[in-house]
Amino acid sequence: MSSPGPASGCDAPPVGTDGILRERGQREVFCGLTGIIWLHRKIQDAFFLVVGSRTCAHLLQSAAGVMVFAEPRFGTAIIEEKDLAGLADANEELDRVVTRLLARRPDIKMLFLVGSCPSEVIKLDLSRAASRMNGRFAPNVRVLNYSGSGIETTFTQGEDACLAALVPDLAFTDEQQLMIVGSLPDIVEDQLTRLLRELGIKNVVSLPARRAGEMPAVGPNTKYLLAQPFLAETGNQLDKRGAEHLPALFPFGAEGTTAWLHAAAQAFGVPPARFEQVTASPRERARKGLALYREKLKGKRIFFMPDSQLEVPLARFLAGELGMELVEVGTPYLHKAHLIDEIAALPPGTMISEGQDVDKQLDRVRAARPDLTVCGLGLANPLEREGLSTKWAIELVFSPIHGYEQAGDLAELFARPLHRRDLLRV
Amino acid sequence: MQLTVWTYEGPPHVGAMRVATGMRGLHYVLHAPQGDTYADLLFTMIERRDHRPPVTYTTFQARDLGKDTAELFQRAAREAYDRFQPQAMIVGSSCTAELIQDDPHGLSQTMGLPCPVIPLELPSYSRKENWGASETFYQIVRTLADKARGPLPAVSDNGPRRPRANLLGPTALGFRHRDDVAEITRLLADLGIDVNLVAPMGSSPADIAGIGEADFNICLYPEIAAQACSWLERTFRQKTVKTVPIGLLATREFVAEVCAVAGLPVPADLDQGRMGWWSRSIDSTYLTGKRVFIFGDGTHAVAAARVATEELGFKVVGLGCYNREFAREVRAAAEKYGVEPLISDDYLAVEEAIEAAAPELVLGTQMERHIAKRLRLPCAVISAPVHVQDFPARHSPQMGFEGANVLFDTWVHPLVMGLEEHLLTMFRDDFEFSDAAGPSHLGGHASTPAHAASGAEQAERETASIAEPVPAPADEGGWTAEALAELGKIPFFVRGKARRNTERYAAELGVTTITRDTLYEAKSHYAR
Repeated sequence: MSSPGPASGCDAPPVGTDGILRERGQREVFCGLTGIIWLHRKIQDAFFLVVGSRTCAHLLQSAAGVMVFAEPRFGTAIIEEKDLAGLADANEELDRVVTRLLARRPDIKMLFLVGSCPSEVIKLDLSRAASRMNGRFAPNVRVLNYSGSGIETTFTQGEDACLAALVPDLAFTDEQQLMIVGSLPDIVEDQLTRLLRELGIKNVVSLPARRAGEMPAVGPNTKYLLAQPFLAETGNQLDKRGAEHLPALFPFGAEGTTAWLHAAAQAFGVPPARFEQVTASPRERARKGLALYREKLKGKRIFFMPDSQLEVPLARFLAGELGMELVEVGTPYLHKAHLIDEIAALPPGTMISEGQDVDKQLDRVRAARPDLTVCGLGLANPLEREGLSTKWAIELVFSPIHGYEQAGDLAELFARPLHRRDLLRV
Repeated sequence: MQLTVWTYEGPPHVGAMRVATGMRGLHYVLHAPQGDTYADLLFTMIERRDHRPPVTYTTFQARDLGKDTAELFQRAAREAYDRFQPQAMIVGSSCTAELIQDDPHGLSQTMGLPCPVIPLELPSYSRKENWGASETFYQIVRTLADKARGPLPAVSDNGPRRPRANLLGPTALGFRHRDDVAEITRLLADLGIDVNLVAPMGSSPADIAGIGEADFNICLYPEIAAQACSWLERTFRQKTVKTVPIGLLATREFVAEVCAVAGLPVPADLDQGRMGWWSRSIDSTYLTGKRVFIFGDGTHAVAAARVATEELGFKVVGLGCYNREFAREVRAAAEKYGVEPLISDDYLAVEEAIEAAAPELVLGTQMERHIAKRLRLPCAVISAPVHVQDFPARHSPQMGFEGANVLFDTWVHPLVMGLEEHLLTMFRDDFEFSDAAGPSHLGGHASTPAHAASGAEQAERETASIAEPVPAPADEGGWTAEALAELGKIPFFVRGKARRNTERYAAELGVTTITRDTLYEAKSHYAR
C-alpha cells in the first residue's frame, strides 16, 4: 500500500528568491464546487446547479458529509453519453432540466449555473445559457454562472468565482458605504456589522446578502473590507465598479480583528477615542478567551498543508497571539496583493509554500514531526496512524472563526486535538 | 442530462478505487483533475482507513490542457512506481480525462514500467461505481491469474488435502464486507474447507496469480465478482457457488451448495445460531405482518425480502434496487411478493414510493435512513452506499448464521417491542402515551406522515366544538367527522393501516361516505 517511499525529492526544495517554495505535483485538495456547501446556506433563496458529471454529484454529497436535506438547494445536471455524442443538444437538455427544477422550486429566486471540469472541457458556454434563461425566467429568477471546476479553481476559489459573478450584477450607488466581502456565518456577520456601526459607520452592507433580492449596491463611494483571504477575483470586479479596497489584516484573533476594524475606522474618519471605546471590551474578552489556550499551544510546532487559503492569516494568528511555531505554511495559492500585510506579520524566516506535491510534502511532515498538522480529510487518519496529531482544515471553513467573540473558539479548534491526545489512554 | 440531488453510486473510477484500496501491493494511477482527490476521504473518513488509498492522481489543470497532459500522466506514473514499488499497476481516466482522450493505456505501455500495468476502460458517462468495481476486478484477475496454476492435486505426499475455495467480491468501502469475510471463513473452516484466496480485499497481485489453485469460487458479492467468477469458470473450470448467504435459510442453502461442490457431507450438528428460535419465540408474534419497505443494491434487497417474509413473518410492501444491472433479479422477487418493483436511482422517487407504501419499517441504505427519519419511520440499514456508522467497531456481519442473528437484532430493535405494543394500547389515553408524545424510541415525536392523524385531530376538535348529532361528511376522502374521530382512537402505529383498509373497502363497495360503521365493517372484513 502507500507506505512512505524514499525521501528522494525533498532534499532541496526549490525555494524562490522571495523565500517562497513553489511546488507542482499531485495536489490533494478539493475543487471549487465544494464552496456550494456553505454558499447555499448563506444565500437562502439561491439554487446551485452544477453542470457536470456523476463525480461532481458524488463529491458534493461526500464533502457535505451528511445528507440532511430532502431537497437541498444544490444539485447536479449530470452530463450523459448522449449529451457528449451529440445525440442530445446539451443546451436544450440544460434548459429542460432548469425548467423542471424551477417549476418544482418556486421558492428559488437566484440560480447559479456552476461550471465543472467536464463542462469546461467540452466548452459548454454557461454564460450564454444563463443569459438565455434570464430572458425566459426574469423577473422571477435571476440566473448567473461561474466555474467551480477543479481545473481552474481550488476549494475556496469557488466562493471567489461565485461572488465575482455577483458583482457586475449589483446595482449602482454613489452613497458612502462600507462593504464586508466574503460569506460569513450570519451571527458573525451581525457581530462585525454591529461593531462597525457602533464605530459610527452608518451604511454597512455585506456581499453576499442573505437573500437574492437584497444584494448590496456598489459604486465609487463604496469602500470594502475583505473578510476572507481568497477573494482575489471578487476584489478585481469590485475595483472595476469603482469601489475601494481597504487593505488590512484579516479578522482572526484579537489583533487581526482590531486591525481589520481599524482599517475601516481610519477610512471613515472614526476618532481614535471612539475606536478605543467601542473595541476595548470585546477585545479584552477575546484576549481572555485566548489566554485559556495559550499554555496548551505555546511553543507547539504546526504544519499547514495547503487547503483553504486561510493558512497564512491563521498562521499569523497562531504565531503572534498564541506563540505557536510555524514549521511550514502551505497554501494552494498565495495572492500577494491581499496578503502583503499578513506575510509581513509572520515571524521572519517562516517557510511558506505555494502549490503542492503531496508525497514530497508528506515526507517533510514526517521529517519534521510537528505537534499538529492542518490537513484535508483524506490525509488526517493516515497521519494520525503515524502518531501525528491533525486538525481537519475543512472545519476552519465551516466553523464561525472570525471576529473577537470567536477568537477563543478558533484557538480551541487547534488546542482540541492536543488536549484529546493528552486525555486518551488507549 | 439528468438532475441529481443525492446519488446511490459514485462514478466507475470510485469502484476501481474500492478494488485497489482493498488490495495490497497494487497502485492506481488515475488521470484526473485535482478535485477528484476528494475520493480519498471516502476511505480515510467513512471507513477510518489508516493509510491513504494507493492512488496517484495526475491533477492536471486548465493551463496543462493546451500543453502536454500526456507527459504529465507519464511522469505521475513513473514517480508513483518509484515511490511505491507496486507489484502491479492499474491505469485509467476519470470523467474529465476521458474527454481529453490521452489514452493512459497506450501511454503506460510505451513506458516500459517494470511491473504489469492493467489498463481500465471505465466509461464515466454511462456506467457507475459497482460496474467500475466489477470491471476492474475482472481485468485484474484476467491479467494476473497464472493460467498454468490450476487446482492443486487432491492427494499430495501428505495425504488427501482439504478442499479450497476463493472468496470473491469483498472490497474497501463495502457494506460489512470485513465482517462477512470473517464469518464465512469461519463457516468454511467448520465445514472442512480452506480459503485459498480472499479477493480483491486483502490480496496482492502475487496472490491473484494463484487464484486458479482453488477448487471452486464463492461469489459473495455478485455486483462485484460475478463477471470474474464466470471468467474463472471458463478458464479454470472452477465451479461458482452463487447462493448469497444472507439470512438463516440462505445460509443453510449456501452450506448445502458449498458441500455439494466440495464433495463433502453436510454436517448434522452445525451451530445455526439463535435467529430461528428468536423468531419463533412468543415475543416475536407481534412481528407478524409488519409492513416493510426494502431498497438497496439488488443482492441485498432480494435477500432482505426473503428474510423479512420467511424468517420474520413481515409483509413486503415495497421492493427495489438502485443498480439497474440487477433489475431482473429484483423484478422476479417483486413478482413473488406481489409488489411493484422500483428500479431507480432517483432518491426522490424512492422517497415518494416509501411515503405511498406507508410501511412500519424501512430496510434500506443510508439514503432511506434519512427518508425514514423525515417520515418518522423505524429503519435499519441493509446495503451500501455506506456511512461511518456502517463500520462498527464490533463484529457485525450480514452473512452466515451470526449474520442472521445480527439481522434479527438490527431489524427488530427499531420497532415498537411486543410487550410495549400492548402497553401502548392499554395506556394510550394517559398523557405520556398521547399521539403528540409519540414513540420514545423514535425521538418522542408524533408520527406526522399518517395524515390520518391530523385529519382525526381536526375531526376531534370539530366534534368537540360543534357536537353535531348527525354524521356530517368531513373534507377528507368521504370520512364523516364521527368516523374520523373513531379513527383517531386507534393507536397511531396501526391507524394508517386502518385508514387504508377502510378506504379500500369503501371503494370496493362503492360507498362514498365513510361512517363509523364502515370503519368497523372494514375491520371485520380484513380481520386476520
